[in-house]
Amino acid sequence: MKSPITGLLAGVALSALGATSALSQDLTIFWAEWDPANFLQELVNEYEVETGVTVTVETTPWGDFQTKAFTEFNARGSAYDMIVGDSQWLGAASEGGHYVDLTDFFNEHNLGEVMAPATVKYYAEYPGNSGKFWAVPAEGDAVGWSYRKDWFEDPAEMSAFNAKYGYDLAAPETWAQLLDIAEFFHRPDEDRYGVAIYTDNSYDAMVMGVENAIFSYGAELGNFETYEVDGYINSDAAVAALEDYKKLYGFTPPGWAKTFFVEDNQAITEGLAAMSMNYFAFFPALLNEATNPHAASTGFFANPAGPSGDQFAALGGQGISVVSYSDQQEESMKFLEWFIRDDVQQRWAELGGYTAHAATLSSAEFRNATPYNEAFYQTMFKVKDFWAVPEFAELLTAANRRLYPYIVGDEGTAKETLDALASDWTKTFRSYGRVD
Amino acid sequence: MANGVMTQLDPASRAATRGWSDLTIRNMFVIPTIAFLIIFNIFPLLYSLGYSFTDFRASTSAPANFVGLRNYRELLADPFIWKNFTVTAKYVLISVTGQVIVGFGLALLLNRDIPLKGLITTLLMLPMMLSMAVVGLFWKLLYDPSFGIINYALGLGKFEWLADPDVALWAVALTDIWMWSPFVMLLSLAGLSAVPKHLYEAAEIDRAGQIYTFFRITLPLVAPILMIAIIFRTMEAFKTFDLAFILTSQPNAELVSIRLYKMAFLEWQTGKSSAFAYIILIMVVAITNIYVKYLNKVKER
Repeated sequence: MKSPITGLLAGVALSALGATSALSQDLTIFWAEWDPANFLQELVNEYEVETGVTVTVETTPWGDFQTKAFTEFNARGSAYDMIVGDSQWLGAASEGGHYVDLTDFFNEHNLGEVMAPATVKYYAEYPGNSGKFWAVPAEGDAVGWSYRKDWFEDPAEMSAFNAKYGYDLAAPETWAQLLDIAEFFHRPDEDRYGVAIYTDNSYDAMVMGVENAIFSYGAELGNFETYEVDGYINSDAAVAALEDYKKLYGFTPPGWAKTFFVEDNQAITEGLAAMSMNYFAFFPALLNEATNPHAASTGFFANPAGPSGDQFAALGGQGISVVSYSDQQEESMKFLEWFIRDDVQQRWAELGGYTAHAATLSSAEFRNATPYNEAFYQTMFKVKDFWAVPEFAELLTAANRRLYPYIVGDEGTAKETLDALASDWTKTFRSYGRVD
Repeated sequence: MANGVMTQLDPASRAATRGWSDLTIRNMFVIPTIAFLIIFNIFPLLYSLGYSFTDFRASTSAPANFVGLRNYRELLADPFIWKNFTVTAKYVLISVTGQVIVGFGLALLLNRDIPLKGLITTLLMLPMMLSMAVVGLFWKLLYDPSFGIINYALGLGKFEWLADPDVALWAVALTDIWMWSPFVMLLSLAGLSAVPKHLYEAAEIDRAGQIYTFFRITLPLVAPILMIAIIFRTMEAFKTFDLAFILTSQPNAELVSIRLYKMAFLEWQTGKSSAFAYIILIMVVAITNIYVKYLNKVKER
């Protein structure tokens, strides 16, 4: 009788010891499962060499990321010391008390100027223009486009295109050209299609895709200060943008109804589409001969301008926040101090991370490092994002359920769709007391 | 004698030598189970009933406010929620009907002496042994319009199984039928083999036709066990999540469980989703009750 209890006690003591020793040295960063997370792990290995503190980047698939992170937050769990959270979470995570207020850290290190302005605005500050910061911009990202240079540069295609549309075939500079080129290359009988876009309505994929059109057509989702949406999201410009996004859907490969970054990259690697929308973070795979047989002939361009010359792109990317329930906040702050150092940010960019560090971003070295870095650099100064309020997920659900049947299911008109969406969003904002 | 052994403790057993009574032993088995049920089932059930009357959100630190029946009222007045229920009802109907027809048909075919009967039965049961998520991923590839084997085998060209809003739900149901017909087959086989042979012999002597024999002898005698299979499959189909979630995101195929998941774990509307879960629970209990009543009636016959 005695010995099992002694054994049990010894076991408990041992595991407690193990836990404390782990606590004093190890940091865990939680992120989604994708290439940048692997690059970050490589980067933090260098932190370990420098300081002896082991940092582990723990990941989970994208579809599961928000659920898993918030489940841990809601349980006040200390499993993660830091989290590279999505930009829309800022409202929910800061108001919920899940993130440590980094305003002092931000001001002390003058991060408002060290990091690119758009990244500070969308990855760190909440509420907008409040001067309160909750994250350090880590991975800059936005939507860009890849295209098949060999198809575009084929002399026969070029002359046929010029004969049909009256101008030269090249990477599109406007959405009107994008539509023409998509239509031109859409040849189902040859198993070639015009364009690959986002249509997955399970989280924010399709909405980001539509945003690219809406923002470049000069429309807005709403007024981010007064939460007024009627007259913004259903404006004439927004209606025209949605109509054109639906037109693009008509030029996608068959079965293009639940597609996100994987499918859009596949459209290029499988030789299905002439052009494909995707986040810059997924472009390294397109330059790799091992993953893309057409790597040598893949080109890139920034999201084209709308009819009135406005040019914006939907923002991706994330900042690193310190989790309030972590018992190693001090150690985490030390890590952040290391992370924002100029040389570390440069190394981060070298490893493949999309730094938000303004000086690194604008260096000729970075801009010439890959065929898409220049487009990325330009895009990062003209990005816009979705709502970051705590109820953003409800707003996304409403957007998905209104936009999807119109784009994919051919139900109703763009005007009806956006009017209904404006009314849904107003109702949601009203229930949270943001509008009367 | 046999009964005595079942209920009375053998005086030579170890339990008896320790001085444990029957009652002690019974409690030792029953109490942990009941405690487990109360802690992990009953308590959360009641707790979430409480939440269903509040505006609680698990993702914020704001306290929950009592809102009375507002969550229920809003849910029942939401046309999108009703669409989810309609979609689910359609799905249950297609999927369970399909499974009963295919499963019972297979059972009839197997209910005779054929070579390799054991092997065939085992092979037919493989689909239901796979994980739902794996089946979902696997059928997504089979349905693919560009390289899927289904379109190739049936010569359907680029038919869009999962992207066509009118077809997606049927495609999900078809996968469910493929996966769970073996379950209906298994129960039906058990029922069929229990039908006394002399009834068929008597029918043959009376020169009853095959159809007459099927509807007058086979079906009534297998009905109770078939009903049990239908109850299980209806409940499961009503709760289907993984298969539909992986296969498609068509609003026309958004089942109630998917909507519930999104409401609870993407939007973190904890109070409202508790109310939604209760509405679903009441519906499942009601449907099951109708079936059970019917089952009892069938048994009485």
